[in-house]
Amino acid sequence: MKYIDEFRNKDLVMNLADLINKTVTRDYTFMEVCGGHTAAIHRFGIPSLLPDNIRLISGPGCPVCVTGTDFIDKAITYSKMNEVILTTFGDLLRVPGSASSLEKEKAAGADIRVVLSGLEVLEIARMNPESLVIFLGIGFETTAPGTAVTIKQAEKQNINNFFLLSAHKIMPPAMEAIIKEGVNLDGFICPGHVATITGSSIFDFIPERFNLGCVVTGFEPVDILQSILMLIRQVNQNNSKVEIEYNRAVTVKGNSIAQRLLSEVFEPYDATWRGFGVIPLSGLTLKKDFEKFNIEKKMPLKINSQEDNDLCICGKILRGLETPADCPLFAEICFPENPVGACMVSNEGTCNNWYKFRFIK
Amino acid sequence: MKDFISLNQGSGGKLTHELIDRVFAGRFGMAEPLTDSAILKESGFTRVFTTDSYVVDPLFFPGGNIGKLAICGTVNDLAVSGADPRYIAASFIIEEGFPLHELVLITESMADEALKAGVKIVTGDTKVVHKGKCDKLFITTSGIGILNPDLEHISTGKRVKPGDKLIINGPVGNHAIAVLGARNNLNFSTPVTSDCASLNYLISKVLQNSGEIRFMRDITRGGLTTVLNELAKMIGFGIIINEVYVPVDDPVKGLCEMLGFDPFYLANEGKVLIVVGAGEETRVLNILRSDPLGLYSEIIGEIVPDKKELVVLNTSVGGKRILDMPVGDQLPRIC
Repeated sequence: MKYIDEFRNKDLVMNLADLINKTVTRDYTFMEVCGGHTAAIHRFGIPSLLPDNIRLISGPGCPVCVTGTDFIDKAITYSKMNEVILTTFGDLLRVPGSASSLEKEKAAGADIRVVLSGLEVLEIARMNPESLVIFLGIGFETTAPGTAVTIKQAEKQNINNFFLLSAHKIMPPAMEAIIKEGVNLDGFICPGHVATITGSSIFDFIPERFNLGCVVTGFEPVDILQSILMLIRQVNQNNSKVEIEYNRAVTVKGNSIAQRLLSEVFEPYDATWRGFGVIPLSGLTLKKDFEKFNIEKKMPLKINSQEDNDLCICGKILRGLETPADCPLFAEICFPENPVGACMVSNEGTCNNWYKFRFIK
Repeated sequence: MKDFISLNQGSGGKLTHELIDRVFAGRFGMAEPLTDSAILKESGFTRVFTTDSYVVDPLFFPGGNIGKLAICGTVNDLAVSGADPRYIAASFIIEEGFPLHELVLITESMADEALKAGVKIVTGDTKVVHKGKCDKLFITTSGIGILNPDLEHISTGKRVKPGDKLIINGPVGNHAIAVLGARNNLNFSTPVTSDCASLNYLISKVLQNSGEIRFMRDITRGGLTTVLNELAKMIGFGIIINEVYVPVDDPVKGLCEMLGFDPFYLANEGKVLIVVGAGEETRVLNILRSDPLGLYSEIIGEIVPDKKELVVLNTSVGGKRILDMPVGDQLPRIC
């Protein structure tokens, strides 16, 4: 299959692994920010191909994992109301809130439906004019434009029973928070899908202000190994910069139409990230012009969310400070079928991937 | 909050196993290991007996419908136990208001498939429930087959040993993707068709021509990974699978990339995993490939002496990772 087979070519992969082995001169720690990268790294068994002195740590780029307990609690509260249909992407179903999850509420009778796109939700709203149809907007710059299109369409088509509960977030503020936290890093494997929308220039501040390398990376094994090699070379030559490995999709400036849509519909606000707390101007909320679609304006909720389990170190894992191996709950109490923290839930979560794809050297 | 049955407990993976263990196995005094069919020995005859319920949405999908599925699935459960399928019982739970012509179409497919598979539908039952009390139509079929006593080891895998080879009769994931496509009206430019088929003649050809078949199981709900993990646990050894040899059709691969699914976890309705003694694999492969239902058969891996009962995948790019039992259904990812 085009764009897949070339980038999973075993000879190329072996050559790159060999080249990496010959290029390393010290220990290196790189963070893959995006959960899609975490999943690909484990799925293809990349760690088993790397020399011991390269450490890959996973960052905060799994949208499910960084979604706060309060968001899940709010979604659950709305889902229990009469005449509410809650629509969501599949990954969110199993994320634990304070006392329950959307999946448990669905089994107990709430009308919760999994959708593949926001536009599907508009169809549901049209078919159920008596119901309030709420869409859980989640994801980074990659998925937020889809939600923006949905909002614009809802307005154009005069759909008045469609609402958004937004947990959309943007990537750069979280990366800055990680650097400021003092995580010991030699560079970032930067999210390719985010950069397809934003352009690679959103990462320019990282080499400029913090002297750390950035390589915008695709999601196939050749992409990932090539990027690791590029980062090693940046470190060896003490030449931090933003490079694009994923050049079949990413440009410096990105997709200007999607960017325009985002700034037309959303504005940044101080959002809560699971594990981080509040990060200034890191979330996306609807602008005043589109406020009528904001369910939190139509039906404000006061939620008292419980703290996460004290022993769960998801927060530290999301900040790259610890790994699942450091967690007392991992594979003892916390399993994919009964997750304690969000990192165990999502297909892109670090703990989930560690558990599912425990790699073998 | 109280426990309620969730959809994941019907997905065929770890949670389904837990549900069976927690609710059914003890109360019914079910014998370990749990096999596809029960082996019943009585005064000189060995018969096998199995049952399965079919609840597919939508009822019609490319490559079949719920009726064809209800025959193939039960025939295959008998056939992979090494038995010759003979008789089927079919029960229908029908929702009030269900269109009669659809019921006729479904019944005709059942009759066609039974004829093809050489089984007789000998008894059945029909119930109609109030609108909303079931989703259109549910079918349960039970089947009886006759087992050559020399083949009793096949469903339990007790003769499987390290060095044995694993063979699959074609690409995985087509059924799940065909149903998903029909359910969501995804108009694929390359249509994906369900692999739904009765495998009893293919299997009997293999059994007649090789005395070295050690284990068979049909690969349905929970996909290839589930069957591999069940096998590893049953035999107490490890399994190594070579990703490059596991056939996956391009449209299925593409859809999986898009939705974040792993084809190794997807359901099939016409696939069987066969474990064959070392040295015999090429012969069995050739027998399979000479049949239309086995054209794309491949040797995908082997049994290894690993006490941890792990299923390890040699990835297509040369890495290694563990193939674990799936937890619930795969969920389409966010991005």
